[in-house]
Amino acid sequence: MNLQRTNPTLYYLQRTAFYVLVIAITVYLLFPFVWAVITSFSKAGNLFLTPGAFLVSPKTLENYAQVFNNPAFQRGLLFSVIAAVGAVAISIIFGSFAAYALGRFRFAGKQVVMYIILAVSVFPQIAVLGGLFTLIRAAGVFNNPVGLIVSYLIFTIPFTVWVLTSFVRDIPGELEEAALVDGASPLQTLFLVLFPVMMPALVTTGLLAFINAWNEYLFALTFTSSNRTVPVVIANYSGASQYDQPWGPIMAASIVVTVPLIILVLVFQRNIVSGLTAGAVKG
Amino acid sequence: MTTNATTPTRTVVKTRGIEAARARTALWLLLPTLIAIALVAGYPLWRTIFFAFHEANLTTPDQVRYVGFQNFWFTTEDGVGIGFLQDPKWWQAVKNTLLFTVVSVFIETVLGMIIALVVNSNFKGRAFLRTAMLVPWAIPTVVSAQMWAYMYNDTFGLIGNGLLSHFSADGKGIALLADPDKAVWAMIAVDVWKTTSFMALLILAGLQSLPSDMYEAADMDGASKWTQFWRMTLPLLRPALLVALVFRSLDSLRVFDVMYVMLGPVTSSSTSMTGYARLTLIDNSLLGMGSAVAVAIFLIIMVIVVIYVTAFRVKFD
Repeated sequence: MNLQRTNPTLYYLQRTAFYVLVIAITVYLLFPFVWAVITSFSKAGNLFLTPGAFLVSPKTLENYAQVFNNPAFQRGLLFSVIAAVGAVAISIIFGSFAAYALGRFRFAGKQVVMYIILAVSVFPQIAVLGGLFTLIRAAGVFNNPVGLIVSYLIFTIPFTVWVLTSFVRDIPGELEEAALVDGASPLQTLFLVLFPVMMPALVTTGLLAFINAWNEYLFALTFTSSNRTVPVVIANYSGASQYDQPWGPIMAASIVVTVPLIILVLVFQRNIVSGLTAGAVKG
Repeated sequence: MTTNATTPTRTVVKTRGIEAARARTALWLLLPTLIAIALVAGYPLWRTIFFAFHEANLTTPDQVRYVGFQNFWFTTEDGVGIGFLQDPKWWQAVKNTLLFTVVSVFIETVLGMIIALVVNSNFKGRAFLRTAMLVPWAIPTVVSAQMWAYMYNDTFGLIGNGLLSHFSADGKGIALLADPDKAVWAMIAVDVWKTTSFMALLILAGLQSLPSDMYEAADMDGASKWTQFWRMTLPLLRPALLVALVFRSLDSLRVFDVMYVMLGPVTSSSTSMTGYARLTLIDNSLLGMGSAVAVAIFLIIMVIVVIYVTAFRVKFD
């Protein structure tokens, strides 16, 4: 507007206030993470220093070395990868079948199926904890990544189905009609025609489901005893005694599991925002 | 005439055949998902409801005894209340969870709106702020819980020792996490930090779908930015805002990770309903009683969903 010319003082005052707000927001959003990064590079003895002295105290990679040499953490990484990748792979395959059916086909009971899937996604996990626990033990997959993969389906499947359905709806119908005219079966149509078009959606959905599975805590805590995933390992990270929390290594472990996620999120920024809003705003 | 009369019927029959075939295909495509949902949600939920009315132990889930509503409400001959609804700790958990949900969702909405409005306006460094917004959201909950637990620590935490020591009588740090009634406020701060970004993202998506020419017209008519916000932005943003509200509320009501990691199993059982349920079900091995608590949580959440959907007429399609 013309405020810059009519009343420059007010204009610059407004601009300054605005930038102060921007800086305040940025600091608020990033500070705890930055503080954790600094701590992860600090020696245990320096944690007692005042914030200023702490900032300039010598930095070290000791905490990271300790974390990577910790067998529980190594196993945690392995089991987290197995559980998250397994759950996401199954969800993407099942989810794309279901999304194709829900987005492209007309049939009786479709509304009911949609509502069931939506209802499952608002399920409190605690409501199935006891039942799943007995089921997992009866199937002999307690403390086994298979048990985690199966239990993670409760939140990855509804999510993938819901987001992929909204993507499938947006794909122009001509593509599929052409395939039908050429005599392609529905599965051929799905794999050869729709999958290539859906690739960005599949990557986005897979990534978001992966983040959820990677972060899962309640099931991982309850359905495993020694084959812990990374969040459980980080939550239980303990020092020599109960009162001696090894904050340096805990922060280092936290940074190790977070940085890959942050990189993925930054690389796929645009897709993630569209995926989140497709999943949330449309349902 | 006859040919004209039969041709349409034939096409109808033919399309009906195609429709039926496609309906069958759709069913096959849905089958894996439906089986998976039945296995991981349907069956366990049914078992939970079953156990809620039985006396059962986690270590021997096959030995059950029907007890009706005794897990919910039961007084022994000596006048001791056994049902969880008679346990003051349960009600403390309910109170704290509701407080946590209402306060954190409210603050997240207001802060999320402010951040979204800032990011939606034009300024240098906008792309950077948009990226920074994703950071708290991308951090795993357990990690953010540990980060904040460290900051709340009463010997070297920035907040627990640094900030709060100014308010304590002896100038020492305050152990914020030891007392459930104080801890719930500490939890609100963590949750607000972690999920305001998510709220802001959803609101931002809503803001960007608003027509810009409408604002130009309002500028011409001399409506102040303040009026524009209350009379145009907010009403138009309602659908996006409501969906975000519903999702955040439901997430807060089933909060578990943050509280369990920062407060431990016992304290978190008085600050979150889920924490209470897990302590009963897993740590105390009371499969029947724990299931009864889980059923109660399930009902509370479903009731709130129904209230939201009917009161605000939220559409999910």
